[in-house]
Amino acid sequence: MYAYTETDRRIVAERVIQYRDQTRRHLASELSADQFRPLRLQNGLYVEKHNPMLRIAIPYGQLSAPQLRLLAHVARSYDRGVGHFTTRHNFQLNWVRLGQVPDILAELAQVDMHAIQSSGSCIRVVTTDPLAGVSPVEVADPRPWAEIFRQWSTLHPEFAALPRKFKVAFSGGPDDAASVRTHDLGFEMVRDAAGDVGFRVWVGGGLGRTPILAQVVREFLPWTDLLSYAEAILRVYNLAGRRDNLYKSRIKILVQSLGIKAFAQRAEAEWQHLKDGPLTLIAAEVARIADQFAAPDYETLTDLDARFEFMRRFDREFAAWVKTNTHAHRQPGYVAVTLSLKAPGQAPGDATAEQLDAVAELAERYGFGELRTAQTQNLILPDVRKRDLYNLWQETRKEQLATASVGLLTDIVACPGGDLCSLANARSLPLAAAIQQRFGDRGELVDIGALRLNISGCVNACGHHHIGAIGILGVDKNGEERFQITLGGATGPGAAIGDVIGPSFPAAEVPETVARIVDHYRACRRPKEGFIDTVRRIGTKSFAAAAYAQEISIIEDEREVANG
Amino acid sequence: MANLIKNGDIVANDWTTITLDAEVSPGDVKLPYGNVLLPLAVWQARKWDLIQRQWHSLDGGGKLGVWLSPDEDPAVLAEDLQDLDVIAVRFPAAGDGRGYSIASLLRIRYGYKRELRAIGTVERDYLHFLHRVGFNAFEIENPEAALASLGDFSEAYQPAVDQPLPLFRRSGLALAA
Ligand code: SF4
Repeated sequence: MYAYTETDRRIVAERVIQYRDQTRRHLASELSADQFRPLRLQNGLYVEKHNPMLRIAIPYGQLSAPQLRLLAHVARSYDRGVGHFTTRHNFQLNWVRLGQVPDILAELAQVDMHAIQSSGSCIRVVTTDPLAGVSPVEVADPRPWAEIFRQWSTLHPEFAALPRKFKVAFSGGPDDAASVRTHDLGFEMVRDAAGDVGFRVWVGGGLGRTPILAQVVREFLPWTDLLSYAEAILRVYNLAGRRDNLYKSRIKILVQSLGIKAFAQRAEAEWQHLKDGPLTLIAAEVARIADQFAAPDYETLTDLDARFEFMRRFDREFAAWVKTNTHAHRQPGYVAVTLSLKAPGQAPGDATAEQLDAVAELAERYGFGELRTAQTQNLILPDVRKRDLYNLWQETRKEQLATASVGLLTDIVACPGGDLCSLANARSLPLAAAIQQRFGDRGELVDIGALRLNISGCVNACGHHHIGAIGILGVDKNGEERFQITLGGATGPGAAIGDVIGPSFPAAEVPETVARIVDHYRACRRPKEGFIDTVRRIGTKSFAAAAYAQEISIIEDEREVANG
Repeated sequence: MANLIKNGDIVANDWTTITLDAEVSPGDVKLPYGNVLLPLAVWQARKWDLIQRQWHSLDGGGKLGVWLSPDEDPAVLAEDLQDLDVIAVRFPAAGDGRGYSIASLLRIRYGYKRELRAIGTVERDYLHFLHRVGFNAFEIENPEAALASLGDFSEAYQPAVDQPLPLFRRSGLALAA
C-alpha cells in the first residue's frame, strides 16, 4: 500500500487548515452560502435533507487497518456510530455537524486520509478493481497508476472548476472490473506487441440522467504518456464542455456532439503540445510507487488445503459462503474474501463502528492489515489463506458480515435515497429490504444465480440502476413514490444500459414484480444460462409481459365488470 | 481603487476597463485617456490606430491591455503579445474554470511574460490555483485579507507556471534517473 511522504502529508494538512478557515469565514458570514458551496463540495461536504453529509475519499479503494479504525472512531465521535460505503470508494457520514468537519478532517489527516475532491465539479476520487494486485486475470496491477493519477489530479490548478464532475477509473485488464465504460475517462491496462504496458483509453461514459457507454479514444497509450494525455483530454473538456446547462455539461455530451473521431483529433492536437514535456512519466518514479504495491510476504502454499476441503464438505453453510464470498487469487493457497455489508435489515453498504473495528482486526489477523472497498458496497480482505477460511467465516458471522449473497440477487446495490438524500424521488432502502425479504429462501436465491440488482432513488443514478441486470429507479408521479424497472444492464466487457420495461410500479408491488421477472427467467432459461443472457436472447419485451401479467389481469377484471 | 493585488502587493489600479454595450460598434467606442483594458473586439478592430496613438503621444499615452472572455481563444493574441502591457481574463463566475486553461495557454504555449490579470468574479479561495496557472494580478475585493490565501499551499504535484516541473521530477530519484 502506498505510504505517504512528508510532502503528501503536508498537502493534506494544508488543505485542512485552508478548509478550517473557509468554514470559519462561512460561519462568520464572510462567505455566503453560494460562495461556500463549491468550497465545501470539493471537500466532500453536502448539505442534505436532514443534515450535512461528509464523503470521505478512499482513493482506489485501498484501506489499512489503522485507517479503518479511524473511520470507526469518527463515525462514533462525530456521527451516530454508522457509516456508509458507496459505489465509488467513498465512506459517507450522514449526521455530521458543519462546524465539526474541520476537526474530522484533522483526525483523518493523522492516518493520511481526507475528503479532497470527493465531490464538486472537479476530478473525483479515482477508482479501480477491488481485486487489483491479486486478480489472476489482470494484465498488470492498476494501483500504482491510480496512485500516480491521484497525485496529479489532487488540487490540479487548471482543472479546479470544470463544467461538471469528472470520474476516472483504472481497470487492470479485459474483465473491466472497474467499469471504465461507465466513466468520464477510463484507463484499461493492456500490453503492446513488445510486451510493454500501456493503456487503452476510454472516454465519455457515464450514468445519471443520460446514460452513455464510453468509447475508445486511443487504442494504445504508452505508460510514459499517462499524465500528459490526461491533461490534454481535461483541457479540451475544460474549454469546450458546455457550461450553460447542468444536464449537458458532462464530457459524454461533448464527445457525443463532436463525435468520437473529432473529439479524439482535438485531444490528439492538444496532446502534441504536451507530449514529451515535463509530465512524461519516468521509470524511477513509477518504480518508487510500484514498489509500495509489491506483493506482501505470502507463504508458499499448495492450492489444496486439507482442512479447508474437509470443512467445506462437512459444513454446507460454510460451503455456500465460500462459493459466493470468496474469489480466486493469483497466489496458491490464498483467496480474496468479501465481507458482506448486505445483512438483512441493514442498509446496503452501511457498517457500524463496531463492525469497522472488527474488520480492522480481522484484516490484521487474517491478512496483511489491508482491505479494499468494492463497487458493490462491500468490503474485501484481499489475502486470506484457505487454511484460515473456516475460522474467519465463523468470526465474520458474529459481526453480521457473512451474508452469503455476493453476486446474487440480494447483494443489492442501493443509493441512500429518500431517507437521507434531498434529491430523491423515492426511498431506496425500504425497497431493498423488502426485496431481500421476498428472496429470503436460500434455495430459490441460489437457483436464480448471478444477478445484479441496483436501486437509485432518482435519475442521478447513484445506485447505478442502468447497469443492473435488474435496475430500479425511483420516480415521482404526482407526489406518489413509484419505481420504474429496467432490464439487461451490465458492466464489464459486455457493458450495457438497461431498457425500461414500461410504466412504473408502486413500491409495494415491486418485490412481486421482480419475482415474476425472475420466475420468467427460470421458466425460459437454457441449461446454465445466466439471467442476463436469457434477457439478451429472448428480449426485454418477453419479460415485460411477465412483469405486467398481474396488471393485465386486473385490467381484464375491470373490463369484465364494465361489460357485465 | 486599491482593489488590485499585483506580484503579491496591493497596488492602485490605474487602468480603465472598457466594456461594450450593444449599441456601440467596437470601432466607435470612445476611449478615455490613460491605461485602457479593451475588449478583444475593440483591440482587433483598432489595433493599428491604438499602437500609433501610443507612439505619437508625448508621454507615451496610456498603456494598452486586452481582456478576454472565457469563450475567446487566446491564440488570436499570439502575435500581439509585444504590444500589450496587460492581458486580463474575465471570470463570469467563480465556478467557470475556462480562464485557468486560457491562462496556462497564454503563459506556456504562447510565452506571454507581462501582467496577466484575473478580473470579474475573483475570490480569495481560488487565488492559489489562479496564481499557479500564471495570473500575477487579481482584481479582488478586500485584497488585504485575500493576500493570505496566496500562501494556502507550500507544495504541489503538478507542473504549472509557478513551478515548471512536477513533484516527481524534483525528488532525488528523478535526479538519479
Ligand atoms: S440517486 Fe438520487 S436519491 Fe439516490 S443518492 Fe443519488 S441523488 Fe440521492
